[in-house]
Amino acid sequence: MKIHEYQAKELLRGYGIPVPRGKAAATPDEAREAAEELQGKTVVKAQIHAGGRGKGGGVKPAASPDEAFAAARAILGMQLVTHQTGPEGKKVRSVLVEEASAIRKELYLSLVVDRSKGRECVVFMASEAGGMDIEQVVATAPEKIVKCAVHPAVGFSPFQARKLSAALGLNAEQQKPFAEIVRNLYRLFLEKDCSLLEINPLAITEDGRLLALDTKINFDDDGLYRHPEIRELRDPDEEDPLEVAAKNAAVNYIKLDGNVGCMVNGAGLAMTTMDMIKMAGGEPANFLDVGGGASAEQIEKAFRILTSDPNVKCILVNIFGGILRCDRVSAGLIQAAKNIEMKLPMVVRLQGTNVEEGRRMLQESGLRFTVADGLYEAAEKAVSLTR
Amino acid sequence: MAILFDHKSRVVVQGITGSEGSFHTRESVKLRTKVVAGVTPGKGGTEIDGIPVYDRVGDAVEKQQANVSGIYTPAAFTPDAIFEAIEAGVGLIVCMTEGIPVAEMIRVKQALKGSGTRMIGPNCPGITTPGAGKVGFMPNFIHKQGNVGVVSRSGTLTYEMIWQLTGLGIGQSTSVGIGGDPIVGSGFIDILERFEADPQTEAIVMIGEIGGTAEEEAAEFIRGQVTKPVVSFIAGRTAPPGRRMGHAGAIISGGKGTAEEKFMALERAGVLVEKNPAEIGRRVQEILKARGSAS
Repeated sequence: MKIHEYQAKELLRGYGIPVPRGKAAATPDEAREAAEELQGKTVVKAQIHAGGRGKGGGVKPAASPDEAFAAARAILGMQLVTHQTGPEGKKVRSVLVEEASAIRKELYLSLVVDRSKGRECVVFMASEAGGMDIEQVVATAPEKIVKCAVHPAVGFSPFQARKLSAALGLNAEQQKPFAEIVRNLYRLFLEKDCSLLEINPLAITEDGRLLALDTKINFDDDGLYRHPEIRELRDPDEEDPLEVAAKNAAVNYIKLDGNVGCMVNGAGLAMTTMDMIKMAGGEPANFLDVGGGASAEQIEKAFRILTSDPNVKCILVNIFGGILRCDRVSAGLIQAAKNIEMKLPMVVRLQGTNVEEGRRMLQESGLRFTVADGLYEAAEKAVSLTR
Repeated sequence: MAILFDHKSRVVVQGITGSEGSFHTRESVKLRTKVVAGVTPGKGGTEIDGIPVYDRVGDAVEKQQANVSGIYTPAAFTPDAIFEAIEAGVGLIVCMTEGIPVAEMIRVKQALKGSGTRMIGPNCPGITTPGAGKVGFMPNFIHKQGNVGVVSRSGTLTYEMIWQLTGLGIGQSTSVGIGGDPIVGSGFIDILERFEADPQTEAIVMIGEIGGTAEEEAAEFIRGQVTKPVVSFIAGRTAPPGRRMGHAGAIISGGKGTAEEKFMALERAGVLVEKNPAEIGRRVQEILKARGSAS
């Protein structure tokens, strides 16, 4: 799960990590008020779940409350396009107004989970080359990124802060506050089940202080059950409405750009079905995993989600019944097709538990659909029906 | 012979009184699996289908000589269930539970280190050795006894592959689903190592997914230490970057973990890479024929 920058900064503040003073605003008037409260120069920053906002025109300096008002008016409601949003961009619904800081240097500091075999642990990554082009640094000069793994049985130890501080070229006065930042970041990462915690840039101000100027925090979805306060930070406006509907139906759905809608059980098989559609010369409209324990109602809900994507020209159902029984899938399909007056052509491939019963039910239902036996055959038939 | 699970395996099911636990225990018994005990704290002294239920894993080990634990407990209780099974000294844990936080899995890996316990999963379909039984979700009807080892990160895609083999008359020595989470108890390498050492296994099918570097690490291992033929497929060639494809581990991030990278690494290691998963069974058939082996 992702959260906004202003929410992430609140979390950092709660853990004693220095961040600029600031306030979120949903209207230009609120932005002006925030700037008046902060006094002096401010920065108005678009709040969307994507990076690269500055380059896309989503961050503007403001010398006065009136300028903050104007900046917010320009940014709010805009369709902000960055390298992380895709070509259609994301609509900006709120801005963060915060005090402007005079910056001497921009550093990079982050925590991630190293999942490689035998080394599973949390790792700090730091670089003197912080700022907007860190992705390029990772790609072209990975040696400029210093890594520091935290042994899970030992936990954080001060020498690690000294190591990172040396890599970042900090002076003697900055070391103590930096060690505090590092220690608290590790605590935050563990306590809140983060999957990514990034401060970029970690700024050194003109007067030599350390300041988390921008931050991004992602959470492990599997850990959310024990953090109700984090769940509350979810912003459904940032998610695709079809994906939100899917989440509510306990179905795993991700919208893609093609026109063959897929309904599959199991994530691996769902990905494979997408691959097969591509191999047959088509483009999948989505990833959809109905899961192992799907009921007829869930199948119907999944179907509604699929068919509400206007790009979909044909539906491919690929089920390998294990825990999920084919007769239950058929019941769901029949129910759904009746309730939503399905007009799209459909290819059905059923295999596995109770397959005979499932096929018989479909045959006798009077539904119009194409049957396929094999994996590839199913994909080919579906693609040809979109033409 | 087979790997990890055989005729000597005596299973204790943790979470046996839950709906998943009881259903799949019954299914596994139909495959002649020796389920000797169940554990649900607070329900010790009761029975399910004649299987004694205990409060503690230690009791199941002591009184019923259980040496394998199948875990179906809810995610919030599962790390504790795993620690208990390790402490009780079972040789193998097979954990089906989905949704364990990564931070908890880091602790689990620490607990497994240096213990005598090996773990499969979490979030996995389990392990089946045709003829000896199974722990987990794999449908009973897809298997056939034979000499191909199957190892996979997926669930239903694994059934698909096993069913393809069986349909061509090719049996399996053991099929292992290692699970789709970012951190798992056993990786490809742990399983490949055992298939290589198992005299019954003549060829190996390895099914990977996008995300992480497990397949690349496996390729490196295969190049150096696996002499048996390996046929492989990676799911998710068309998956967009930055989106989690169902499994917590299946995500392309920072341009890493793509299917193409994995295919290339495996090809370089001499693995027979098949990009059409509908053809995996036939590739295995050709290999076995070329080796003059009767499947």
